[in-house]
Amino acid sequence: MGMDRREFIRIAGLSTLLGLGGKGAFELLRPGQVEAAMAAKPEAQGVVRWAMVVNMQKLDEATAKKCIEACHRVHNVPDFKKPKDAKDTLPPEVLNRYEVKWLWTEHFHNAFPGEDHPNMLEKVAHLPFLLLCNHCDNPPCVRVCPTKATFRREDGIVNMDMHRCIGCRFCMAGCPFGARSFNWRDPRPYVADTFPGYPTREIGVVEKCTFCAERLAQNMLPACVEASGGALVFGDLNDEKSRVRDTLKRYFTIRRKVHLGTNPQVYYIV
Amino acid sequence: MGEKYKNEFGVFAERPQVEKKYYNAKYIFTGLAVFLILLILPLAPNLGKTVPPPQRQLDTPVIQKMAEKDRQCIMPTDWMRANHMQMLVDWRDKVVRTNEKGAPNGRDFVSPDGKKYLASLTNTCMDCHSNKEKFCDQCHNYVAVAPNCWGCHLQEGKKLAEAK
Repeated sequence: MGMDRREFIRIAGLSTLLGLGGKGAFELLRPGQVEAAMAAKPEAQGVVRWAMVVNMQKLDEATAKKCIEACHRVHNVPDFKKPKDAKDTLPPEVLNRYEVKWLWTEHFHNAFPGEDHPNMLEKVAHLPFLLLCNHCDNPPCVRVCPTKATFRREDGIVNMDMHRCIGCRFCMAGCPFGARSFNWRDPRPYVADTFPGYPTREIGVVEKCTFCAERLAQNMLPACVEASGGALVFGDLNDEKSRVRDTLKRYFTIRRKVHLGTNPQVYYIV
Repeated sequence: MGEKYKNEFGVFAERPQVEKKYYNAKYIFTGLAVFLILLILPLAPNLGKTVPPPQRQLDTPVIQKMAEKDRQCIMPTDWMRANHMQMLVDWRDKVVRTNEKGAPNGRDFVSPDGKKYLASLTNTCMDCHSNKEKFCDQCHNYVAVAPNCWGCHLQEGKKLAEAK
């Protein structure tokens, strides 16, 4: 016997009411994690968890500049404003877009958007907040990378494998902190003095701060921390006696855009 | 008169008589000749010549300074010649992925004779083999491979820069 139209609509309607149609039913009966969920991962599994505290009470414009210079020098970060050869001079309209930065400064209202207000302490509003990759516990850049070029190490460092980067820039869209830069052109002619032993990058890859993974491997502190004269504190969060833990215990600190759930690991003392 | 022949449209009295000849022969054969000459032209200068295989050049300052018995690469020479590319790829993966979940510390390389080296193209290999043009490029050109290491990696490591 065939089913007439009225009968078909009745059964279809009832099934929909009971939630028996489509993927929704499975979600309802056996709830699992949605792939794109922003749930924070459980605590870091590694023995070491690197983190940084930026003490804005000690950091002034000059020190911040010194830190940035130290960082960009040892990592061969190009400065597109200063080509080695005059023929590589870029038109001013692209300079901003081409900028590659691992470490940079921003005022409070840009560093902590939404937390500023018109009547806030003027001194803080004009501080040069030193910004870098936050090496998040739940890094969106790692989740969106289609080639796993960006990955999270067991010690919490979010690192990049330049050999794998295909330059899709998903990570730049994913990172809410603007910590990633794209090489729109070959950076070599814009690296003033090449630092021996550390590679440059090629056209078409994304780069960012690595918490100086190559220096940590040699038991050295990150270059910016060394240059900061005590304004930056770096160490192991899992070690109770470390300087970061001590600093975090003694001062009240804030972090950037915590409400996004990425759990950033760069702390700011204001 | 030719014989009758049949096709799908019916039976016809005779085959059409078509003169047998090459049409436009002048142009076709000139064109073919020009094509063949162009094809052979780039190969002609090397015809019959044998290009001698490149000789490895080990006369860099660092190697010259070493005692004769210490002049040994991190692995036997024959092994290195055959497998250095795979070794560099392994180094790359191990060093970059150090401390990734489940990955061991890959920055150290221990040679069969027990010596420890930093796994680094620029900072270890290029210290001794600082003559890239003679040591790397010569052979790579000979076998027509173009490894893209040098787009990012520098020729000069820290040790060498400090020694200067």
